[in-house]
Amino acid sequence: MKILTGNDLKTGDVVWWTGSGWSRHVEDSADVGEAGEALARQEEAARRVNVPYVIDATATPEGPRPAHIKDRVRALGPTIRPDLTLKPADPSAGNWVI
Amino acid sequence: MYQYDQYDQNLVDTRVAEFRDQVERRLSGELSEDQFKPLRLMNGLYLQLHAYMLRVAIPYGTLDSRQMRMLGHIARNYDRGYGHFTTRQNLQFNWIKLEDTPDILAELATVEMHAIQTSGNCIRNISSDQFAGAAADEITDPRPWAELLRQWSSFHPEFSYLPRKFKIAVIAAKEDRAAMRLHDIGIEIVERDGAHGARVFVGGGMGRTPMIATEIAEFVPLSDLLSYLEACLRVYNRYGRRDNIYKARIKILVHEIGADEYRRQVEEEFVAVKALGIDPPAAEFERIKAFFAPPAFAGDAPDTLDRSDPDFAVWLDQNVKQHKQPGHAIATISLKPAGGIPGDASADQIDLMADLAQRYSFDELRVTHAQNIVLPHVRKADLYAVWQALHEAGLAEANLDLISDIIACPGLDYCSLANARSIPVAQKIAERFADLDRQRELGELKLKISGCINACGHHHAGHIGILGVDKKGLENYQLSFGGSGAEDVSLAKITGPGFSEDGVVDAVEKATDVYLAHREQGERFVDTYRRIGMEPFKEAIYGPA
Ligand code: HEM
Ligand code: SF4
Repeated sequence: MKILTGNDLKTGDVVWWTGSGWSRHVEDSADVGEAGEALARQEEAARRVNVPYVIDATATPEGPRPAHIKDRVRALGPTIRPDLTLKPADPSAGNWVI
Repeated sequence: MYQYDQYDQNLVDTRVAEFRDQVERRLSGELSEDQFKPLRLMNGLYLQLHAYMLRVAIPYGTLDSRQMRMLGHIARNYDRGYGHFTTRQNLQFNWIKLEDTPDILAELATVEMHAIQTSGNCIRNISSDQFAGAAADEITDPRPWAELLRQWSSFHPEFSYLPRKFKIAVIAAKEDRAAMRLHDIGIEIVERDGAHGARVFVGGGMGRTPMIATEIAEFVPLSDLLSYLEACLRVYNRYGRRDNIYKARIKILVHEIGADEYRRQVEEEFVAVKALGIDPPAAEFERIKAFFAPPAFAGDAPDTLDRSDPDFAVWLDQNVKQHKQPGHAIATISLKPAGGIPGDASADQIDLMADLAQRYSFDELRVTHAQNIVLPHVRKADLYAVWQALHEAGLAEANLDLISDIIACPGLDYCSLANARSIPVAQKIAERFADLDRQRELGELKLKISGCINACGHHHAGHIGILGVDKKGLENYQLSFGGSGAEDVSLAKITGPGFSEDGVVDAVEKATDVYLAHREQGERFVDTYRRIGMEPFKEAIYGPA
C-alpha cells in the first residue's frame, strides 16, 4: 500500500494522511493508492503541512507499517529515548523500527 | 568574554523582529514553505525528522553562566528538557515549535545569543581551542582573533552566498584541540622574532571528499589578517564551483587549481584588498582583546591537591588539565556517561554546569568539538567540590579522550539526511567497554561516528571511525582506522566491508585486542596502527585472507 506523510506546519510533528485529515499516528494512515501525489500537492498548496510525500507501507494487524526504516523512526520517535516516542510506556517500542 | 555593543544588540534584536514577522506570514499561509525555508535557515531553524531543530551559535564555544542558564531555560520551557552540544561548539534543540521560535530567539537575544549564520552557505560559527585563555601551552589567547573574525564575517554581504558553507578555526597552541586543519580555513597563531602572526591553512574538510588543509601562508602579520582572509574568500567566491554541490567546497577548488595557483591568486587579490583598509586599527583590536583579559586569579592559590578519594583521583588524572596559572586547573565535564547520548545534557544538568561555572570558574564555560563542556579556570582547591557536585548529577564520568568519549552525530534518530543511526552504536560501544580500568588501559582512543557521508561526527578524523551507510534498506557500518583531528592530523582508512550494528561493536573490540597485543611502550592505538599498518587488524576483524 501507499501512504502519505509530512510534517505539521506549526509543530513540525510527523503526520500521516487519514483520508480526511492528518493524524500523528501512523496506524491511522489511509491507503492513498495512485492519488497520493495529487493529494500531496493539494495539501501543500493549502499550507497545512510541510513537504508531504508518498511512501510504501505494508498493511499489518496493527495498521500500516512504513517500508523504510527512516519512516519507521519518524513514526515512532527517537529509538534511543523511549520517553520521547509516541509509545513511551512500551519498552520494546524501539524494536518496532528494526 | 566579548560583550555586545549597541550596534551588535540592535542587529540581533532587529533580526528577531524580522523573523517574527516572517513566521507570522508563514503560519497565516501567506508564505509557502519554498518561500519560507531560506528565511528560517538564515535563523538556524531546520526541519528535521520529528520537529523543527534550532541551532544556536556559541562563538568559539565560549559562554557565561547567564547564557548557559538561558539554554537550560529554553530546553525546559520550549523543548523536551534537554539540549545537544555539537562538534561545531554549538547547541541544537531538537523539538522546537515553529510558533515558539521568535520568542526563543528573543529570549536568546537578551543574553547576547542568536542563531544567525548557523546554517546556509555563509561563514559559520568560528571555532577555537576550548582551553583558550587557560592552556599552559598557548602562546596567546586565540579568541580575540576569533572574535574579530566573527565581527568581520557576521552579515558580510559579499560572503553571504558562497558556493558552500564555510568554516574557520583559530588556534594558538602547538597541540591542536580544534581540528584546525579540517576546516575550510585553519589559522594557527605563531610567534616569529617576538611578533605574532598567522599560519594559514586552506582547503580542509570532511564530508564526502575529506581533505587536510594545505599551508598557504607561513606568517601573515596579524595586522593584515582580515585583508588576507578577505582575499582567500574572494578567490573562492569567484572560482568555487556553484554547478555541483559536491564539488563546491574550497577544498575542491584548491585541489583542482593547485595550492600554488590558489596562493598566487590570493596574494594578487590581497594587494587590492589591503588598499581598502578593512583591517581594524590597533586600538580596535585592543578594545576587543580587553574583553578576554585573564580573570583575577588569586596569585597565592595553593598548587597541592588532596587525592585521597580514589574516584576523584581518577577524574583528576583523566579529565583535568594543566592551567597556565599556578594553583588553577582546567576541568572537562564529560557529556558521555556510560550508555548515554553523546553531547546531550538535561536542563537541570545545564543549570548545574552554569552554577559551577559561576561559583568556581570565573563565570566561564566552553563547549568542545568533542561534545563536552569545560570549566576553564578552576582553583585546584575547589576541584573536589566541583567533582562532588558533578558526581551527584551524573556528570563525573572520568573518560576524557578514552574509547567511551565518543563523538556521535544525531544520525537517523533525529537527522533527516541520515542513512543509519549513530547514537545506538555509540551506546553499545560505551557499554562494551564500560569498565573504566579497561578503558584507561587502552589509553587515548578517539572514536567518532557519523550517520551519513556528511561526516558531522568527524569519522574521518577518528583513531577509529564509523560511518553509517544504507545497504539495501538496512543500516550498515563502515569501519576505519588511523584518522586524527589533532596536530598529528590524518584521514582514516576504511578496513573493508561494512558490518551490522553488533558486528561493528565486535570489530572494534577485536581491533583493540590487536593493539594491546602489538603496542610498544607509550604507543596509543593510532600510533600502533600507523606502525604496523592495516593488515594485522584486518586479519583479526575479517579472519585470515
Ligand atoms: C541534524 C541536523 C544536521 C544537518 C542537516 C547537517 C548537515 C550537514 C551537511 C549537509 C554537511 C556536509 C557539508 C558539506 O560537505 O558541504 C555537514 C557536515 C558537518 N556537520 Fe552537520 N548536520 C547536522 C547536524 C550536525 C551536528 C549535530 C553536528 C555536530 C555534532 C554537525 C557538524 C558537522 C561537521 C563537523 C561537518 C563536517 C564539515 C566538514 O566537511 O568539514 N552537524 N552537516
Ligand atoms: S553526519 Fe549525516 S546523519 Fe549525521 S548529523 Fe550529519 S547529516 Fe545528519
